[in-house]
Amino acid sequence: MSVQTPTPAPTTGASAVSRPQQQHDRSLPRWVPLAVFAAGVAVAALLSALTGFNVVLFVVYAVVLGTVAVYVVSRVTEGRRRATDRLVTSVVTAAFGIAMVPLVALVWEVVGRGIERFDGEFFNSSLQGIIGEGGGAYHALMGTVIITALTTLLSVPIGLLAAIYLVEYARGRLKRAITFFVDVMTGIPSIVAGLFAYALFVLIFGPGIRLGIMGAIALSVLMIPVVVRSAEEVLKLVPNELREASYALGVPKWRTITKVVIPTAIAGIGTGVTLAIARVIGETAPLLITVGITNATNFDPFDGRMATLPVYAYYQLTQPGVPPEFAIDRAWTAALLLIILVMGLNVVARLISRFFAPKTGR
Amino acid sequence: MKLSTKTRATTLSVALASTLALAACGASNETAETASGGGDTSSGSELSGTLVGAGSSAQQAAMQGWTAGYSSVQPGVTVNYDPVGSGGGREQFLAGGTDFAGSDAYLDEEELTQAEERCGTAGAFELVNYIAPIAVVYNLEGVDELNLPPAVIAGIFNQQITNWNDPAIAEANPDATLPDLPITPVNRSDESGTTENFTEYLAAAGGDAWPHEPSGDWPVAGGEAAQGTSGVVSAVAAGNGTIGYADLSQAGDLGVANVGVGEEFVAPSAEAAAAVVENSEQVDDADRPEYSYAIDLARDTTESGNYPIVLVSYHIGCVEYEDQETVDLVKDFLTYVASEEGQQAAADAAGSAPISEGLREQNMAAIDAITVAG
Amino acid sequence: MTATRTPSDQSTTKPPRRPGDRIFAGSAKGAGILILVILAGVAVFLMAEALPALTAPAEEIPGDEGLLSYIAPLLFGTLLSAVIALLVATPLAVAIALFITHYAPRRMAQGLGYVVDLLAAIPSIVYGFWGIFWLAPKLVPFYRWLEENLGFIPLFAGPTSSTGRTMLTVGLVLAIMILPIISAISREVFRQVPTLHKEAALALGATRWEMIKMAVIPYGKSGIIGGAMLGLGRALGETMAVAIILSVSGGITFNLISSANPATIAANIALDFPESTGIDVNTLIASGLALFVITLAVNMLARWIVNRRADFSGAN
Repeated sequence: MSVQTPTPAPTTGASAVSRPQQQHDRSLPRWVPLAVFAAGVAVAALLSALTGFNVVLFVVYAVVLGTVAVYVVSRVTEGRRRATDRLVTSVVTAAFGIAMVPLVALVWEVVGRGIERFDGEFFNSSLQGIIGEGGGAYHALMGTVIITALTTLLSVPIGLLAAIYLVEYARGRLKRAITFFVDVMTGIPSIVAGLFAYALFVLIFGPGIRLGIMGAIALSVLMIPVVVRSAEEVLKLVPNELREASYALGVPKWRTITKVVIPTAIAGIGTGVTLAIARVIGETAPLLITVGITNATNFDPFDGRMATLPVYAYYQLTQPGVPPEFAIDRAWTAALLLIILVMGLNVVARLISRFFAPKTGR
Repeated sequence: MKLSTKTRATTLSVALASTLALAACGASNETAETASGGGDTSSGSELSGTLVGAGSSAQQAAMQGWTAGYSSVQPGVTVNYDPVGSGGGREQFLAGGTDFAGSDAYLDEEELTQAEERCGTAGAFELVNYIAPIAVVYNLEGVDELNLPPAVIAGIFNQQITNWNDPAIAEANPDATLPDLPITPVNRSDESGTTENFTEYLAAAGGDAWPHEPSGDWPVAGGEAAQGTSGVVSAVAAGNGTIGYADLSQAGDLGVANVGVGEEFVAPSAEAAAAVVENSEQVDDADRPEYSYAIDLARDTTESGNYPIVLVSYHIGCVEYEDQETVDLVKDFLTYVASEEGQQAAADAAGSAPISEGLREQNMAAIDAITVAG
Repeated sequence: MTATRTPSDQSTTKPPRRPGDRIFAGSAKGAGILILVILAGVAVFLMAEALPALTAPAEEIPGDEGLLSYIAPLLFGTLLSAVIALLVATPLAVAIALFITHYAPRRMAQGLGYVVDLLAAIPSIVYGFWGIFWLAPKLVPFYRWLEENLGFIPLFAGPTSSTGRTMLTVGLVLAIMILPIISAISREVFRQVPTLHKEAALALGATRWEMIKMAVIPYGKSGIIGGAMLGLGRALGETMAVAIILSVSGGITFNLISSANPATIAANIALDFPESTGIDVNTLIASGLALFVITLAVNMLARWIVNRRADFSGAN
């Protein structure tokens, strides 16, 4: 255990650090800092039990007390430098723990409240003619699927072609300009993308226009740069030998790209596209101002308003009608469904990259 | 490197497609409606077609009640209503994009001229079909009954009266034990017809205590603000010493203040709200078309039993349409809306106040006059 | 056109030139240029629709005092919420990046990275739901404490909002939302720190923290700054979470825990746009244009910093 392998992986260096010093006479056994930190947390639990339980205050107490306890113990037994090191270890670990609090709390809250209406009716009925209890988000789910599919249809060809251009053809200033502005474009606020789509259509159709296709265009502005970036990364990884071998066989360049380069990179492209879909499927703001909301199912993105899941959730929460409980329940279920969709797409993306990646030893 | 590109690509696209694939079977509630035709048809004839309206979002819940109720009378007719807001509704109607508009305000002069272009010389009709009382809701422990004169309401919402034990409040509530507690006024953070009507009331009845112009955006800085009616209600419920304004139907368990009218204090109710509409004067303007029943609400009424903080919403359409089908649809739908049955449907769905018998007779005259142009 | 030139540009091998090649290369180039056109289009169309508000007389703009005094408090709110988010998120994100790259067991590191990235995947509207129902009420006692003990600082002057829907809550939620962005970029640069630098520090007997302080942080500094700027860009434009959580009323104030808060540009658009008509729409689009310009500037600066670093590491 104390013997180092001759070629350590780049980052194992860090975990190997403490070991040589473990022989130091006064250094603490491994379990001690953990135990001391746990004791600090226990005190915090006691404290917050006395003052009335509040998750936020508990987390603050726990982190502060645990860290201080570790520092003091180490300072007394191991000296200043080691104590500082332990302090930082505690702080850094605690930082990760803190970041997990909202994630866990959020998922817990959404699942807890959303499960109430996670039933058959939610999936096969709309809000047409629904007052109070019952009703569902079938129309919103279909709207989200249609608009997301349209967005994907618009974004993937443009994004993929642009990535091919950047990797296979472009050079010089145009390449630098496109790369730079694609990066900048990833930072466009989603609401601005929505305003753009609105401003574009208002010039053609007049004010007050709301169409499904407007939402798809707004979302495309957000999705294209994500597709370009991920496809570009993947295409760069395709080894040049493959291209050269293809050229040597007399295959034209465009056939080489479509038959050799893209199939090699297809797993990565698939992962990238799936993640890009996950990024736009939960967007609310652009759809709120371009697609609006309706109570009935509308399958035609070129005619009138459509409901989409995020906007549906927003309006069910803010304009629930009489009595409000039922709509608010529906809002939470829609939020839960959104999380499931996004998480599901993330899992699919990981699976694609795992199962479809070219089997190659690097 | 092993490449079986074609198979991999196909499997991949299948995998991608299946993530998006969902059983497309149609919304059960929508198909059920169209299937269950027949029903009792009160108007005698079976109509079919689509009626398109847009406008006030305050009407949206009521419109849901109307479309639901109407679909059992005329299962062949689809009524689409876009809650784009009153201004948008009028704009779209005047541009010819919709058959009728729902609006919290009546057409102004410029819009009347546009309406003549849209509808021909007969012009547009404007009918009050939706009346909703706005309640002043509060959450104050130990105070179940609260009387507030208009000037005091204005003072509270203008943040000049800041404590519940203020002598102005105590004077109107001699029997209540008012605590020494700061008042937290809650207002809407989004632009809304409710705010517009409430500020209109404050401006008309509050006197000097309310120096602001009526507007859909809350004009006073510094209060607690919440999104939507339900946001206001939950913000008022969450605090102690809070006060806000919301549709009466949404007030729930909150305390509802009695509003000073003349010498007495009136609790909001459907009857009191309908009464103030009944007693309000029609807009006195010779230029307005025959069937424009626009009213200027008597916000500063002193009449007994009238509740002046109400939101009224109009249905605006053409007296003459181009084709018979639209005429039949508009006539039939609005007849249902103005009927007792329709008003009850809105009351159930949105908690609105049914229009009075007098108002119904007046509206029916306008609806009967709708014809084909030429 | 220029498409004929491209094959000869390829430095590797010269493949045969066919019509198919020209079409394919042309459409690829077209797609690349289309992206630039779209970005320019965003600016042009926003300007076209904002123009009526820019030229309208002051009393027609909501608030009756002209466009500038309409946008000023919104701009202030936007900057304030984003700065709070940045101040909270940056140290936390760097610590998390250090934890994942240098502290967590190697086998778990990738998984932990995914978990942090999940924070970025959650739709912003869900953060809004969570913020208003879960976080805001739980922060109220904490705000009370701040008001009682630190009330002399104008930031915490109170009176405490009874619902917790304050600027500070919004800042914290935004911090959580931008955490994964800053953390991902920091992680990336920390990984690129040359092993030699780190091993040299350790060989001199440095503790793990001293090694990080001497080798990792200096190397990753510009990456952290760039990541923070990207996070800032995201926080400036965040819409739904702010629109749902924040209690919007009133103008410019530094008071972070009371119920009177200025709105942000993005949240204001989301709240007012659906029911606006006429000049109000143009005014909102003008405010959106201001937001676009600011985020564009921040993002360009951020990318410039990050890219400069990338060139530097490439030379190493």
